[in-house]
Amino acid sequence: MSSGTLYDKVWELHKVAVLPGGSTQLFVGLHLIHEVTSPQAFSALDEKHLKVACPERTIATVDHIVPTVSQARPFADPLAEEMLKTLEMNCSNHEINFFGIGSGNQGVVHVMAPELGLTQPGMTVACGDSHTSTHGAFGAIAFGIGTSQVRDVLASQSISMNKLKVRRIWFDGKLNQGVYAKDLILHAIRKLGVKGGVGYAYEFAGPAIQSLSMEERMTICNMAIEGGARCGYVNPDEITFNYIKGKKYAPSGINWENAKIWWETLASETNSIFDDEVKFNASEICPTVTWGITPAQGISVNENIPYPELLEEGEKAIAEEAYSYMDLKPGMPIKGLKIDVCFIGSCTNGRISDLLAAAEIAKGRKVADGIKAFVVPGSEQVAREAENRGLHIIFREAGFEWREPGCSMCLAMNSDKLEGRQISASSSNRNFKGRQGSASGRTLLMSPAMVAAAAIKGKVTDVRELIK
Amino acid sequence: MDKPVQFPSSKVELIIGKGIVLRGDDIDTDRIIPARFLKCVSFRNLGEQVFADDREESQGNHPFDKAIYKDASILVVNDNFGCGSSREHAPQALMRWGIRGIIGQSFAEIFYGNCLALGIPCATSSSEVIKQIQDNIENFPNELLNLNLHSISINKNNKNWKLQIEKGPLEMLKSGRWDATSQLISNSNKVNDIKRSLPYLNNFIIGKE
Repeated sequence: MSSGTLYDKVWELHKVAVLPGGSTQLFVGLHLIHEVTSPQAFSALDEKHLKVACPERTIATVDHIVPTVSQARPFADPLAEEMLKTLEMNCSNHEINFFGIGSGNQGVVHVMAPELGLTQPGMTVACGDSHTSTHGAFGAIAFGIGTSQVRDVLASQSISMNKLKVRRIWFDGKLNQGVYAKDLILHAIRKLGVKGGVGYAYEFAGPAIQSLSMEERMTICNMAIEGGARCGYVNPDEITFNYIKGKKYAPSGINWENAKIWWETLASETNSIFDDEVKFNASEICPTVTWGITPAQGISVNENIPYPELLEEGEKAIAEEAYSYMDLKPGMPIKGLKIDVCFIGSCTNGRISDLLAAAEIAKGRKVADGIKAFVVPGSEQVAREAENRGLHIIFREAGFEWREPGCSMCLAMNSDKLEGRQISASSSNRNFKGRQGSASGRTLLMSPAMVAAAAIKGKVTDVRELIK
Repeated sequence: MDKPVQFPSSKVELIIGKGIVLRGDDIDTDRIIPARFLKCVSFRNLGEQVFADDREESQGNHPFDKAIYKDASILVVNDNFGCGSSREHAPQALMRWGIRGIIGQSFAEIFYGNCLALGIPCATSSSEVIKQIQDNIENFPNELLNLNLHSISINKNNKNWKLQIEKGPLEMLKSGRWDATSQLISNSNKVNDIKRSLPYLNNFIIGKE
């Protein structure tokens, strides 16, 4: 059993009680809600005549269903409009702070909360979305929950949970040019598998992690869930504190000093005990692309699609399913594979540093003929900053569409969808069958810079060839 | 036996029903209920939409469309079932289709918790045992299964397979306390104690607008 880790410390602080079944009742420090997984929770609350226990600790935004072309109300899609209206009504009835479209702060929930300074070290963060693990980048314990648990958090500011084991994933070395946080996490998931993290919290540590920016750390923690780990975290340090400082909801003045004193005590102790430890060398990681239908089916851009004989026993059946669905053959190079659509955005890679990396590749170049390429900023703040830096002009001149913020084609709940058997190069997090809005659509996951490179060449490309 | 109409509401001790076999590892919640069906403010209609894309692709040959499985209530799956998105729409869709218990080699964590919150047990066993159960159901689909949470096993026409269910969830299901809300609320004094003790809610306050 782990001890002395950040996970242990934060867990102990938030433990309310042991429930009759043996689970722990855990206090939720920050609760984030959006339009998809909250309406049924509010209905359940209303049916039982319950009030929201701590409305000041719940923050709402709208992200999954928002259109990215015109966000004028009412939305063209009546179901989307109904979902937003329901959220607005629930927030108003229960006095919950809601950042709607045009507020200046609307965005993908996992982009919005960090950039407002809401996510802070040592908190427990819950949201009805599996990518809540993102917030672990701050040294918070953050996890996705289902709608029944959203109801529980609203009703009691706590949930029933079992303590996880802790696996430390240590990265030596540093990322080479053209290799990004996305490649690092895709590599880890490839090695540990999509269910390797079930029952674990992932602590991401080591020199390669310590040198990453907060936005890069968020990309890594975001995809912990793709490796099966419900939460992933990074120990907070000066990079964390500098990111939070001055943000809208960050402590200031004497409060800032007090906060920092506490935050500095949270990191895992040097003599911590982990339930498991694995090591990677970041210097050995290349730009990585998924070729299949699970995020663990990734390879370096210069590798060939694996032969089934070389795969572990448990990976063979899903590989066969992937060859067939993706219409790819073992031994084929992934580099040079023609693509149809390029999507830059999502809670994984929709932040300003992601757009900067992609713009660097797109600048002065043109999207290849016949490719649909579009950029969806992660939030209104990201959009504003990108526009201040002129990124929208770079993208448009290169032939990318510049859109309004939202989740967009990561899960295609709005009108941004693949059609038929189209192949997308996508900076998002899931390449599941049908994920991007077409039941036969195909997704290749990669870093935003790699997506930009794919857009320029019209095929999977090693971004390092385009870096000046 | 007809498909159960009542959703779980109290103690879950014994589930009797026909089995349905869905083979494959890493079946994610996007496949159980594709994202476009999440555009709703109620779970009511999800039962008809379960596995919508897979069913369309299979053109009537998907287990959830086969006549022999029409009344089934015990789903038998393989490894890492329910991975991906946290959407409770996935177990809601299965429950509304008629599923009351699931057996598999392993389950993704959030999916498992979401099932528990609905009173649906997820029991596990080795890949060999799962395969035996699946083969048996496919060979004799009309025989009833008894999923017994006291003996933690499943019975089917003189056959008996041992299963595993974690102690905590097992107790919650057997005692009928799987719906956690009332327990959580009953500890509101303790919740307030924690709220008064947490550094970030007391020793320093977050900024104001």
